[in-house]
Amino acid sequence: MSDIKEILSSICPEVTFAEGTDTLEVVVPEEKWHDFAAQLKNDKRLDFDVLTAVVGMDWKESVGVMYYLTSTARGWDLLSVKVVAKDRKDPYIHTVSDLWKVALFQEREVFDFFGIKFINHPDMRRMFLRNDWKGNPLLKDYDANPELNPIPLDDEKDEDNTCSYVEDAKGKIKKVPGLVFGKDEYVVNIGPQHPSTHGVMRFRAAIDGETVTKVDVVSGYIHRGIEKMCESLGYPQILHFTDRMDYMSAHQNRHCLCACIEKAMGLEIPRRAQVIRVMMDELMRISSHLLAFGCTAMDLGATTAFFYGFREREQVLDIFEKTCGARMSMNYNVIGGVIADLHPDFCKDVKALIDIMPERLKEYHTVFSKNIIAKNRLKGVGMLPKEDAVNYAITGPSGRGSNWSCDTRKVRPYSIYSELDFNEVLETGCDSYARYMVRMREIEESCKILAQLVDNIPEGEIRAQVPKIVKLPVGHWYHQVEASRGAFGVYIESDGTKNPYRVHFQSPCFNLVGVMDLCCRGNMIADLITIGAALDFVIPDIDR
Amino acid sequence: MKQEDFKDNEYIDKLVEELNATGANVAVGNLNKLINWGISNSLWPLTFGTSCCAIEFMSLGAARYDMARFGFEVARNSPRQADYIMVQGTIVHRMAPVLIRLYEQLAEPKYVIACGGCAVSGGPFKKSYCVVNGVDKILPVDVYIPGCPPRPEAFFYGLMQLQRKIKVQKFFGGVNRKQKREEFFATHPGFNKENMT
Repeated sequence: MSDIKEILSSICPEVTFAEGTDTLEVVVPEEKWHDFAAQLKNDKRLDFDVLTAVVGMDWKESVGVMYYLTSTARGWDLLSVKVVAKDRKDPYIHTVSDLWKVALFQEREVFDFFGIKFINHPDMRRMFLRNDWKGNPLLKDYDANPELNPIPLDDEKDEDNTCSYVEDAKGKIKKVPGLVFGKDEYVVNIGPQHPSTHGVMRFRAAIDGETVTKVDVVSGYIHRGIEKMCESLGYPQILHFTDRMDYMSAHQNRHCLCACIEKAMGLEIPRRAQVIRVMMDELMRISSHLLAFGCTAMDLGATTAFFYGFREREQVLDIFEKTCGARMSMNYNVIGGVIADLHPDFCKDVKALIDIMPERLKEYHTVFSKNIIAKNRLKGVGMLPKEDAVNYAITGPSGRGSNWSCDTRKVRPYSIYSELDFNEVLETGCDSYARYMVRMREIEESCKILAQLVDNIPEGEIRAQVPKIVKLPVGHWYHQVEASRGAFGVYIESDGTKNPYRVHFQSPCFNLVGVMDLCCRGNMIADLITIGAALDFVIPDIDR
Repeated sequence: MKQEDFKDNEYIDKLVEELNATGANVAVGNLNKLINWGISNSLWPLTFGTSCCAIEFMSLGAARYDMARFGFEVARNSPRQADYIMVQGTIVHRMAPVLIRLYEQLAEPKYVIACGGCAVSGGPFKKSYCVVNGVDKILPVDVYIPGCPPRPEAFFYGLMQLQRKIKVQKFFGGVNRKQKREEFFATHPGFNKENMT
């Protein structure tokens, strides 16, 4: 760590280091930020190739951004960089979207919520809110008066115009208007109400004949402002939001938020609770991948395969229902452990599931994976080379389909994953079929983990002693787990009171949808649906 | 389900009595019955899932719950082919105009089911800056199904309530079904557009 500090200081003498944070944190002056970022990425000694999270912040006296960077080459070291905009009223920060493409969307989110304009960002539009929305909701002085923003009854206007902010030689910033699509392009609208966009996602695709030339993602049709709501609630009260973001990774997401709070509190979790959490995470993963299998098949018109996937999924849901009391939105993890003990049938049911799964997977492969139509529609479609997967921070099964080893359970083990024997599933195809196959093989790995744990659930407490009112010390923390669709991160900033000062959820699906444009270009318009199905994004997770 | 299992909706029975008391024409009355029997047993939903409830709706379509038993299985993707909107999930400001447009594209007779806490009242997101606190703020709702998400059984109960509601309507004029969105808001001052916040 200390030699990294030296390198960072030698690149840019103006940087300062923050004390008492869970990761190494540098504070960079805004005017040096872009050059410094280029060094971080390109200097072989540093080699920060993944931009993990972009968190907009309002520190009341100033606004700015926290960037979390990861170096895959150097053991997934995490570095956080704090950049403060100079003027709170009219904030500007230089973009890093030319270095890490994932920032293209992430910075638009910050612009939407905090009004920070990113200099040289090619497309500075709002991400989640309508373009006629007044105010920036995550600012601390945001006026939440509903009369300012009544329920709109008319369609959005002015959707084709965008703008960017460029800096001239004298340092003066100028707004340059632009167009989303070229004047002659033929644009097809898909969504927001369309079954195969897996929710309320809207794509606008420019096509030439049947070939897609550009995809514009219009998000925010299910943006519920979860991050802002968290700021007015206590820590135990914000837990349930995670179940309703990516509802197919409810356990993992909630595990992540609980673990982040526990890390901040310095709480030790009983062994039994750890084991239960991991088992629930893996069951959730199986259920999610089964749904992904069913939906991919259904998007291709194979309705029968959907029934097969759901048959086994119901079995998993039965296990959840017996222990957690609900089929979905289980609300099972709590700060310090889990809310209820396992149902007496739990082990028996899990064993029954593990027993049938290999047989059933074979069936799926016979019905769908080996089907010539499925192969033709998925193979060689939606190519995502490894470099792009890294640059766009595409984690989870989609990233591993591009042969990128990015499983958080392996590269930055949390909970008890370091003790377990399982393989990280990698495919080299880089196409939709590879992503699909990673999911199918991950079901086997999850079964393997369950088989190791099902007979070794230790006796003991299911929950650590937690004070009635949870207060975190002053500071900020970032925690990551492997959700069903990739690395899910939680950022918490606390000012010492019982409410969080800022909570940010770094959702894997947001990055997944950011790569749609790249994956769909050059493919047929009909393949847009299958590419989306194979990336398998969940819209409420994107919009939060 | 049997008639006596529906214990909590005397108002529908009252409605039936009232309708019968007004003395419907025998031919028209029987034709009404026939049409309502047809409509209520072939209700085609518009797939309109915004979040979690949509996944439970998919479970309804799958083998275990199998909504084909009741004639709900033909989920349509175009509002022009559907009979009712089942609003599954939160409606936010950006989605509101889209939902209204979808509703207006539905052919008469059309129905709305508010499904899940979010669609009923805003649910866990009630305090958010951009969530519509219940679809009844922008659409006339026929059946509410609470839950987060509701269990598949609750879905069925709600859908069967809609069937019962349809069975007492008068296709040839009368009752509430020819009501337009504007008329609904005119007769429900609490829900008029100015009050929508």
